[in-house]
Amino acid sequence: MSELTFWGYRRENGRVGIRNHVIILPLDDLSNAACEAVANNIKGTLALPHHYGRLQFGEDLELHFRTLIGTGANPNVAAVVVVGIEPGWTGRVVEGIAKTGKPVQGFAIERNGDLKVIMDASRVAQKYVQWASELRREQCPVNDLWVSVKCGESDTTSGLGSNPTVGNFIDKMDPLGVTSCFGETSEITGAELVCKERSASPEVGEKFHAMWNRYNDMIERHKTNDLSESQPTKGNIEGGLTTIEEKAFGNLEKIGKKTRYIDVLEPAEAPARGAGLYFMDTSSAAAECVTLQAAAGFAVHLFPTGQGNVIGNPIEPVIKLTANPRTAREMSEHIDLDVSGILRRKMNYDEAGDALIDMTLRVCNGRYTCAEALGHREFVMTKLYQSA
Amino acid sequence: MGELRVSAPHFLVHNSNDSVGVAAVEGIKPGQELSGWLMDTDATITVKSLDTIPLGHKVALVDLDEGATIYKYGHDIGRTVAAIKKGGHVHVHNTKTKRWGA
Repeated sequence: MSELTFWGYRRENGRVGIRNHVIILPLDDLSNAACEAVANNIKGTLALPHHYGRLQFGEDLELHFRTLIGTGANPNVAAVVVVGIEPGWTGRVVEGIAKTGKPVQGFAIERNGDLKVIMDASRVAQKYVQWASELRREQCPVNDLWVSVKCGESDTTSGLGSNPTVGNFIDKMDPLGVTSCFGETSEITGAELVCKERSASPEVGEKFHAMWNRYNDMIERHKTNDLSESQPTKGNIEGGLTTIEEKAFGNLEKIGKKTRYIDVLEPAEAPARGAGLYFMDTSSAAAECVTLQAAAGFAVHLFPTGQGNVIGNPIEPVIKLTANPRTAREMSEHIDLDVSGILRRKMNYDEAGDALIDMTLRVCNGRYTCAEALGHREFVMTKLYQSA
Repeated sequence: MGELRVSAPHFLVHNSNDSVGVAAVEGIKPGQELSGWLMDTDATITVKSLDTIPLGHKVALVDLDEGATIYKYGHDIGRTVAAIKKGGHVHVHNTKTKRWGA
């Protein structure tokens, strides 16, 4: 297993990506139209429209910048064009991404108008995409890989099959020096003390518990009932999950039986303590969580589903697996790996984990995921509170 | 992978202390004799179903009084809000979370 390698793009800062995107990144909602026009002009580029970036302040504004800069800095991105309504904040995003050493240039709409910005930005985007098209993959050791995990539209088959398959993957890859990340703070409710015990040290466990308490206090402040139908979702309930506690214990199966997390991260914060498993404070909504993990620098995502969540991400390929035989049958175009054999005792966790390692390396080498083939590019910024 | 090693169970149980099993097949009918696999000990148990149990839904492995704690994964996953007989369907109509001030 220690001989595992994959073919990736080694970036200027040493990080390795598995895709080679040139992205057109809006600072704010007002710049979406120009970004989409540039991406339409220059084939092979990708606009990432989103809803926010105006009048945000404090911690929420910091998270906005961290998410945009992190998205541009992700090693799956070769080069970035940033467009914003004004030059100040646009420049801040450009400077943040430039620290990676990758090509990045910003354009401001005020005093220019959309049409001039679209023309100028298109010329740069064309240069970038032609340059990026000549970059070549190289063989990389598996410890260059950063893997995030998050489950969605879970049901009881998630806890029985697809989540323990991801856990088996983590238990095998963690000793090889892979960097990995799980999150979904509210969804650990009921299993938070078990999760706290899975930290590498008491200090990290306390840090997790404080983060969980902070999120739980927010839910207590805003809830109108016991959150039934929100957490678990209607889909979870249809699939047989009854309570948040039941969902939480199934969720935690994703971190395996023995791997311990070495630190906890703020939303979209890049890991800084070297290889290992990290917990990130995130919402449990699929696109919000994966967007934050991609912004922290993770290159490939493992997404176990029960009832069939169809999420993708524009820059981080999302590999879906299910142990639900009905989902595998009725939604096969969304499922990269079918592990429903676990329920029939035709496949054990060890075999399922190996199959997931194999599929992950194939995707890292260039195989399109189902979500990529189907055009799922959900890019959803997390907003902490109202704008000013 | 490959050949069928053992017969496919009707339901799976995470932990031998659990009060519920999870239907692993579609179309379980009332009155059906169900075989279950205890995943931690590899033992097989049988339960007669009292209800229709959809794929992924839970079946009670013991008689549960109203207000009883339900165990799955060997852990507390909530409480019953109605008595449930062994073989009965365990779900939102008779089970509630203990969290978020239900």
